[in-house]
Amino acid sequence: MSGYGSPAKYESKVMRALIQAKPGTTGSGASRTPIEALDGMITPNGLHYERHHSGVPDIDPDTHRLLIHGVVKRPLTFTVEALLRYPMVSRIHFLECSGNSNIMYGPTPPALTCGQVHGMVSCSEWTGVPLRLLLEEAGADLTAPWLLAEGADSAAMSRSVPMAKALDDAFLALYQNGERLRPENGYPVRLFLPGYEGNMNVKWLRRLKVTPTPIMTKDETSRYTDLQADGTSLMFTYPMEVKSVITRPSPGVALHGPGLYEVSGLAWSGQGTIKQVEVSADGGQSWAAAALSAPMLPRALTRFRIAWKWNGAPAVLKSRATDDTGTVQPTRDALVSAHGTNAIFHYNAIQAWQVETTGEVKNVYA
Amino acid sequence: MSMRNVTAVVMVLLALVASTGGVAQETPNLGRPATSAEIAGWDISIPPDGTGLPPGSGAPDQGAVVYTQKCQSCHGEKGAGKPNDPLVGGQGTLTSTSPVRTIGSYWPYATTIFDYVRRAMPYTESKSLTNEEVYAVTAYLLHLNGIIGAQDVMNAHTLPQVKMPNRDNFIVVYPTTPQ
Repeated sequence: MSGYGSPAKYESKVMRALIQAKPGTTGSGASRTPIEALDGMITPNGLHYERHHSGVPDIDPDTHRLLIHGVVKRPLTFTVEALLRYPMVSRIHFLECSGNSNIMYGPTPPALTCGQVHGMVSCSEWTGVPLRLLLEEAGADLTAPWLLAEGADSAAMSRSVPMAKALDDAFLALYQNGERLRPENGYPVRLFLPGYEGNMNVKWLRRLKVTPTPIMTKDETSRYTDLQADGTSLMFTYPMEVKSVITRPSPGVALHGPGLYEVSGLAWSGQGTIKQVEVSADGGQSWAAAALSAPMLPRALTRFRIAWKWNGAPAVLKSRATDDTGTVQPTRDALVSAHGTNAIFHYNAIQAWQVETTGEVKNVYA
Repeated sequence: MSMRNVTAVVMVLLALVASTGGVAQETPNLGRPATSAEIAGWDISIPPDGTGLPPGSGAPDQGAVVYTQKCQSCHGEKGAGKPNDPLVGGQGTLTSTSPVRTIGSYWPYATTIFDYVRRAMPYTESKSLTNEEVYAVTAYLLHLNGIIGAQDVMNAHTLPQVKMPNRDNFIVVYPTTPQ
């Protein structure tokens, strides 16, 4: 028995991947979920990906405050204790850094694991207070088009959020997979905007300001904008696009001789619910529909599975997701043709895995 | 618990369920009114029109002094970068295979420099600069990028009027989605 359990010691290799720290800083950088080592749709809290711009603050919930002000009739501050008394919702949603998979914009496919390439996506059951309730209590002008959300990290990371999203399905998350948020996920309270790029889901939330215009913060202008081939940049590209990836087999998760295998992976869309995932074992010449593992939820990771009898010959595995808006995951050629290779963010192209005769799996552009 | 109390609890629960379908849900009202003095201490965000910029001013030569002391160890001499992000240069590189996104080549609004430096810099001691120092560093960075002159003073009036070179190259996508 123990006060707080840990994974089996034999699973100690299952760790967050490719931890990258920004030079000259402490605590800024990224870590990735080892999605090739997991199954189901939920990410364990200790393996949720991280992306921090100014470290992880140590926040005492007894002293933390949330301020709601701006175009409101009654500016209000809330303690965490107060927030915990509000009516709550529980929602299963993915969270994805918009920079996830961006190494795939590069000229050669990186020799990395699935999680090292695509692991800045995770999925949890988040529980918290609908933002609308607090905005109404503050007498916010709900016709004001924007809110500024600001964190209590050292940089006071801030993003402008459309009021329409705040009133639709936004909530202030206090719990993650049943327990209070982890520090690296915004303890004691974070903004949650289902389907929107990770950076907007402001951690350690301390301030919401109702505003007539976007603030044009550093992160929504110089950082999370998508540079196109012609030199223009797309701004306010909020929802994460439809995407899928085969997690098994994948680089480092090899096949061991011809025979029957289950090909399995994850699909998701910030626009809605995954309706179909097709899998190809011949590089995209023919496709078969994979089985989706219930529940298939809007803006959540969806597990897909399909049986495959491998004859031992080289093969190229791909998966292609379609969401309920009818949007189909693009090929890499189509994505690069539309957006170029400088965008850094919102990479959602079909992933190709080359299976060698040895059973080893390689990342390829095919 | 008597039967009467149980009934009362059931009635209250039903009332809450019924209200969730309505327009306004009854909520706990646990927010404490925030005073304007409290808000003033928190309200550090600056939009492009400059609303909220504080009194004070700074010129490039004053900013150079601050920069050398507080910024250069991370951002290099005259904003050249290394070990961290470059702040100067990169103009003309955005369509190349190695675009360099700096204040001068990329940032669309000068107010963002003030906002970000004040809230986030220096990395190890954020919010330690005075407003005068933030104006001065902002002026220095704008001057290094060739956007303002050596004598141009930045303040609440002049900063929002600075037109950034890459300002017109941003396409606002929300609320539609690119394909």
